[in-house]
Amino acid sequence: MIAKEKILKALEEVKDPEIPTISIVDLGIVTNITVENDFVGITLTPTFSGCPALKVMEDLVREKMQSLGIRNVEVKTNFDVPWNTDMITDNGREMLKKHGLAPPMKHNGLVQIEMLKNVECPHCKSRNTTLQTPFGPTLCRSIHYCNDCLQAFEQFKPVA
Amino acid sequence: MSYTGQQKNTIKDLLFKMADDQLILGHRNSEWTGIGPFIEEDIAFSSIAQDKIGQSLALYNILHEQLGEADPDTLGFARSEKEFKCCHLVEYPIGEYEFSLMRNFLFAHADYLRFEMLADSSFEPLAKVAKKFRGEIKYHVMHSDNWIKKLGTANDESHSRMQSALNETFNLALGIFEPSEFENELIEMKIFAGEESLKSKWLETIKPILEEASLKLSDEKDWKPSFGGRKGSHTEYLQPLLNEMGEVFRIDAKAEW
Repeated sequence: MIAKEKILKALEEVKDPEIPTISIVDLGIVTNITVENDFVGITLTPTFSGCPALKVMEDLVREKMQSLGIRNVEVKTNFDVPWNTDMITDNGREMLKKHGLAPPMKHNGLVQIEMLKNVECPHCKSRNTTLQTPFGPTLCRSIHYCNDCLQAFEQFKPVA
Repeated sequence: MSYTGQQKNTIKDLLFKMADDQLILGHRNSEWTGIGPFIEEDIAFSSIAQDKIGQSLALYNILHEQLGEADPDTLGFARSEKEFKCCHLVEYPIGEYEFSLMRNFLFAHADYLRFEMLADSSFEPLAKVAKKFRGEIKYHVMHSDNWIKKLGTANDESHSRMQSALNETFNLALGIFEPSEFENELIEMKIFAGEESLKSKWLETIKPILEEASLKLSDEKDWKPSFGGRKGSHTEYLQPLLNEMGEVFRIDAKAEW
C-alpha cells in the first residue's frame, strides 16, 4: 500500500496548467485522498464551475499516479468541499507572485468590491493602484493598473 | 436521500428552470465575444458567459447523476423547445449593449439571491453547488451594478438609453419569478423558499441601486410579468437559438473538440 504522504508529495508536482508556478495542492483544490490496498482515489474541487482547465488537471493527476506505478486510480471532481481563495496556501501565494500575479487577499467568506480597489502591485509593491476590470484573461483573474510604476498587472481575485 | 416519484419531479422542475436559464443566458452573453463595445466589456461578457455555462453544466449533472435524467449534453442540446423551462428574459437577442447590460443586472441580482437561499437547501447536492455559484455570481453583480450606476448618471444619452433598457426588460425580468405548480412542496420540503419570497428580496435589493442610478421603475399597477417560460411556452427567439446551439450535436452526437 502506498503512503498518503507519497501521493501528496507527487501531487505537489502537478501544476495548474494556466499558472504553472503553483501546484494543485497549494491551490487548495485537492479535497480528498483515499488509499485502500492498491486503489487510490483522489477528489478535486473546481475553482470555478466553468473552469476549462479542470479536465486537464484530472488527466495530469491520473498520469502522475500512473508514473508512481499506481494502476488502480480514480480521479473525480465534485463540489463536496466548495473551493474559495482562502484555501490557497501561504506557499501558493508566494508562487502566484512568482508568476507575476498579485495573490488574493484573505476574505473570511465575504468579498466586496472595495477589496479589489487598492491591490498591492506585484512589480513595485505600491498600493496606489486602480481596478481596471474584475474580469481578466482567465476566470480567476482581475486586471489592475499601478499608478506608480505605470504598469498593468493581474490579480488572482478573491472568491468566497 | 430518498424521495418519492412526485418529490423527484418537484426537484427536477426547479433544477431544469435554473439550468436552462444559465445555459441560454450563457449562450446569449457569449454572442458579445469579439464585438463588445471595448475590450474589457468583451472579456466581462465572455467571462460571465463561461460562468453561466459552467453553472448550467453543474445543474444538469445533478439531474443526470442524482435524478436519472440523460447526460448534460443531451439535456442541453437535444430537448425540444417545449421541454425548456427558461424565462423569457434570457431568450431575447442581445440587442444594443444597454439591453444586455440591464438584463444582466436584473438577472444577476435574482440569481445571487436565489443561490444564497439555496445554500441552505435540504437537497444537499443543490446546496453544495449553490455555495459555489454565490461566489462566482458576486462578480456578475459587481460588474453590472458598477455600469448601471455609471451609465445611469453619465450624460443625457446614456441615461435615456439605460431608462429605455429598464423599461424594455423589467416585465421580462418579472417572468423570472413565475411560480411553478410545485411552490408549496418546495417550501414544505425546505428545498427552496419559493419564487414569491425571492421576488420580494430582489425588489428590495435592486430598488436602491436603480435610485442611485437615477433610473425609475414604472408603477407596480402597470407591471405585466412575462410568464409562460417556466411552463414551456417561449418567445419566438428561443427555437432559432436552440437550432444553432444543437447543430453540431445533431450532426454528430459523439463529436469531440
